[in-house]
Amino acid sequence: MANVMIRRGADGGLVFYLAKKDLEEQIESLEFDQPDRWGGELKLHDGQVWHVEPLNEAPRLPITVRARRLVGSDD
Amino acid sequence: MTTLTREETESLIREVLEVYPDKAKKDRAKHLAVNDQSIEQSKKCITSNRKSLPGVMTIRGCAYAGSKGVVWGPIKDMIHISHGPVGCGQYSRAGRRNYYVGVTGVNTFGDMNFTSDFQEKDIVFGGDKKLAKLIEEIETLFPLAKGISVQSECPIGLIGDDIEAVSKKASAAIGKPVVPVRCEGFRGVSQSLGHHIANDAIRDWVIGNRDGQPFESTPYDVAIIGDYNIGGDAWSSRILLEEMGLRVVAQWSGDGTLSEMELTPKVKLNLVHCYRSMNYISRHMEEKYNIPWIEYNFFGPTKIAESLRKIAAHFDDTIKEGAERVIEKYKAEYEAVIAKYRPRLEGKRVMLYVGGLRPRHVIGAYEDLGMEVVGTGYEFAHNDDYDRTIKEMGNATLLYDDVTGFEFEEFVKRVKPDLVGSGIKEKYIFQKMGVPFRQMHSWDYSGPYHGYDGFAIFARDMDMTINNPCWAALKAPWAKAA
Repeated sequence: MANVMIRRGADGGLVFYLAKKDLEEQIESLEFDQPDRWGGELKLHDGQVWHVEPLNEAPRLPITVRARRLVGSDD
Repeated sequence: MTTLTREETESLIREVLEVYPDKAKKDRAKHLAVNDQSIEQSKKCITSNRKSLPGVMTIRGCAYAGSKGVVWGPIKDMIHISHGPVGCGQYSRAGRRNYYVGVTGVNTFGDMNFTSDFQEKDIVFGGDKKLAKLIEEIETLFPLAKGISVQSECPIGLIGDDIEAVSKKASAAIGKPVVPVRCEGFRGVSQSLGHHIANDAIRDWVIGNRDGQPFESTPYDVAIIGDYNIGGDAWSSRILLEEMGLRVVAQWSGDGTLSEMELTPKVKLNLVHCYRSMNYISRHMEEKYNIPWIEYNFFGPTKIAESLRKIAAHFDDTIKEGAERVIEKYKAEYEAVIAKYRPRLEGKRVMLYVGGLRPRHVIGAYEDLGMEVVGTGYEFAHNDDYDRTIKEMGNATLLYDDVTGFEFEEFVKRVKPDLVGSGIKEKYIFQKMGVPFRQMHSWDYSGPYHGYDGFAIFARDMDMTINNPCWAALKAPWAKAA
């Protein structure tokens, strides 16, 4: 589990930021992106997949959330 | 000498690594790379922010340097106590030339060194009492100080002093913020963690101080974040922003004050110059106060114009017109600078090795003068810095992270640049070798280099260094016959 910050990038897409790993990456897809359900599996541009416990409402961005890595390199 | 091809650069790196033992070679190879603009992510070609290899000489600082020297030190109306033995504060005192306005020792304290001067008994019995007494003394002697920060040196963490408790008590007693900063030098691999710790201390002890208080705001309020006013840099940046119609509420932290920092959450946009040292607090303000932040670059007219337009895009048409007006106003001035110096500097090649933002930010300024940056590297960058650098650098140029003295010298001998820009520790080696050198941490006692005014000084300095006739007359003492 890690604290990650999700923010809106300059081009309008979501950006995933994990300070401890200097990981700043475009979010390609988000499992739930509805007004009443937000979160789930995040697919990053570099192939990593993270999981965020879905929230009951769409949050105001940026937001810091706890995330768990499902797929990705360990370097 | 012509530019190296990709193969030549790769073989150069291999050759330089040849002298290392196998294990060291493997480790260092990850930090040296040939730039390839097609790579999107730097982690595929270069490793950074790792512990320096024991046994090689690198050029890094410590967490205390990052916090006290870089982030907190320039805040002029606070007193920054170097808590621990006397040396750390004394040997770093006033060396960075962050200019400020004020009367030193009365209402500003930037050039002074305050230390708790730890002795053996403080290590044995703890230094908390001494710190409490010291804060009391400061309050008596310097009543105009607006606050105090306690910058921990290594022993504080080792002996387990509770500076937080002392600070809270003292703060209540004197009625001013007293900020404990846990920036012991042994933390992390370089000064970079010191920046982060300092940012976190600002977040916890300063940023929220004026939440809910009234503030007369305008739609054009901005803050300059991460400009340390070296040689007056922040001043030559600030006038451009003000001329285009923005109101600069705060300067972080060069020539900055505590109240400016406390008021920063009231601005509409944060302008980040040094991404490395201040992105943490910008991200925090974005999350907590919904203030967007953008990176900008005020080195050289091309990048300045680009940045002014980028900043203006966040505001209405009056500011957009203001940006165009400012660019137009200085056009004759910077064109004259380019007309004068470009013929003298055209085609010259530069190698850089600095920290923070400069290895990528100054590239544009050199290009405006017709020069080319053929190698660059950072002391303490992270991957996100190299992500931003790859796009700025030409293909097949050298990238070196946390370079060692040996590697840097060998690269310079082979690439034969016309100018090396690096720090004071590298300066005299290259000067003795007869290589023109500029100290690019604090502009070699010159500056400012930011903004249009700074560009004129930058161009003059590069010209007087490169075209100085003395270099041909120099032969390194170690190369002379005995």
